[in-house]
Amino acid sequence: MASLDDLKKRIASVKSTQKITKAMKMVAAAKLRRAQESAEKGRPYSEKMNNVILNLSSGISDKENAPKLLSGTGKDRVHLCVVMTSDRGLCGGFNSNIIKKAKTYFSKILDDGKDLKIITVGSKGNDQLKRTYGDKIIDNISFKESKNASYFDADKVGKIVIEKFQKGEFDVCTIFYNQFKNVITQIPQAQQIIPLNNQEEENSSDESYEFEPDEDEILSNLLPKNISTQIFKAMLENSASEQGSRMSAMDNATRNAGEMVDKLTIEYNRSRQAAITKELIEIISGAESL
Amino acid sequence: MSEEFKVEIVNPEKSFLTKEDVTEVVVPAFEGEMGILKDHISIISFLKPGIVKIISKAGNENYFVEDGIVEFKNNNLSILTSSIFNLSEIDKTKQQELLKLAEEESIKPKINDQAKYLIDQKIEVLKSLN
Repeated sequence: MASLDDLKKRIASVKSTQKITKAMKMVAAAKLRRAQESAEKGRPYSEKMNNVILNLSSGISDKENAPKLLSGTGKDRVHLCVVMTSDRGLCGGFNSNIIKKAKTYFSKILDDGKDLKIITVGSKGNDQLKRTYGDKIIDNISFKESKNASYFDADKVGKIVIEKFQKGEFDVCTIFYNQFKNVITQIPQAQQIIPLNNQEEENSSDESYEFEPDEDEILSNLLPKNISTQIFKAMLENSASEQGSRMSAMDNATRNAGEMVDKLTIEYNRSRQAAITKELIEIISGAESL
Repeated sequence: MSEEFKVEIVNPEKSFLTKEDVTEVVVPAFEGEMGILKDHISIISFLKPGIVKIISKAGNENYFVEDGIVEFKNNNLSILTSSIFNLSEIDKTKQQELLKLAEEESIKPKINDQAKYLIDQKIEVLKSLN
C-alpha cells in the first residue's frame, strides 16, 4: 500500500487537474455560445447561396457548356479531400471522428485505384494523417492566430482549391467537417463541393428568372464564391462542434477527477486509521509486557 | 394596396438587415444601377462596388457594398454580400483606409480586365463619398 505522504500528493495533484479541466469547461461553454450563435447566423447566407445556384443551374440553357465547377471535368480520376480539424487538442473525439470518417473514404478511393490528394486545415488533422497518408498531403493550412472563424480565412482556402482545380490537379473535391447538432452530438460530414451535387434536391421552383448579365456569366462568378461559402459554413460548424465537444469532454474529465479524489480520500483515511491502530497495538502490547 | 416589400441583406457572418416596409431599393448591378419596386419580375443579378439605397417611408438608408448577388422573388429581395458598411457609420478614416486598399490593389501588375474594372469602380465610389 502506498504511504500516507504519497496518497496525499496524489490527491493534491488530481485536485489541481480537476481545477484545470473545470476551468477549460467553463471557457469552452462561453466560447460555445458565441460559436453556436455565429454558426446559426451564418446559415441563412449559405442556404440562400445554395438556393440561387439551384435556381440558376436548373435554368441553365446549355448543359454541355456549363461551367466546370458545376458539372465537373467529366472524369473521376483524382480526388481532393479537404479535411478540416481543430488546431487544439483536448476536445474529446472531435478530431478523431473526422479523421475516422475521412480515412474510410480515403481507403475506398485508393481501393478503387483512384488518385488521392489531401489538404488539411487545422494542425491536429495533419498530425493524425501524416503518419499513414503523409505522401498524399499536398498542403496544410492552419489558422492558429485567428480566434474566430472568419470569411476571409475561408476565402483563402477556397481560392487555393479553385486554383488547383483550374490547373486541373483534381476532378472531385470533398470537404470533411463536423456538423454541430447539439453539445453532445456532432456528426462528421463528407460534403462534395466540386462538382456541385444537387441531384437529390430537385425541389427548385420552375419559376423563371430574369438574369442580368446572362446565366453563364452569373454562374461562373457565383460558383467560386459558393466554394468559399461552403468552406466557411464548414468552419463555423466545426468551431461550434469543437467547443461543444471540448465542453462535454472536460465535463467528463472533471467528474472522473472528482470520483478519483473520493476514492483516494477513502484509501487515505483507511491507511491513516490502520497506522493509528498499529501504533495503539504496539503501545498496549509494550505496556502489557512490563 | 401597399407598395411595400421585404428586403433582407445577409453577409457570411450574420443576417445583416431585414426590413419589411421598403418601397424601393436601388442596387448597383453589374450592368448599371437598378431600381427595384414591388412586384418586380423575379431576377438574379450581380453587384459591383457601389451604394445600395433603401428607400422606405421612414427615410432612406445607404450602404456601401463591395460585391454581392441580388435575388428578387415573390416580393422578397435578398442581397448576399461579403462586405457591407452602413454609410452613416463610415467615417473619413475608414473610407480612406478602404480607398488605400483599393488603390494598392489596382496597381498590381497581374490583374485581369474584369477585376480592374471592379476595382476602378470601387475607387470611384469611394472617392465620391467625400
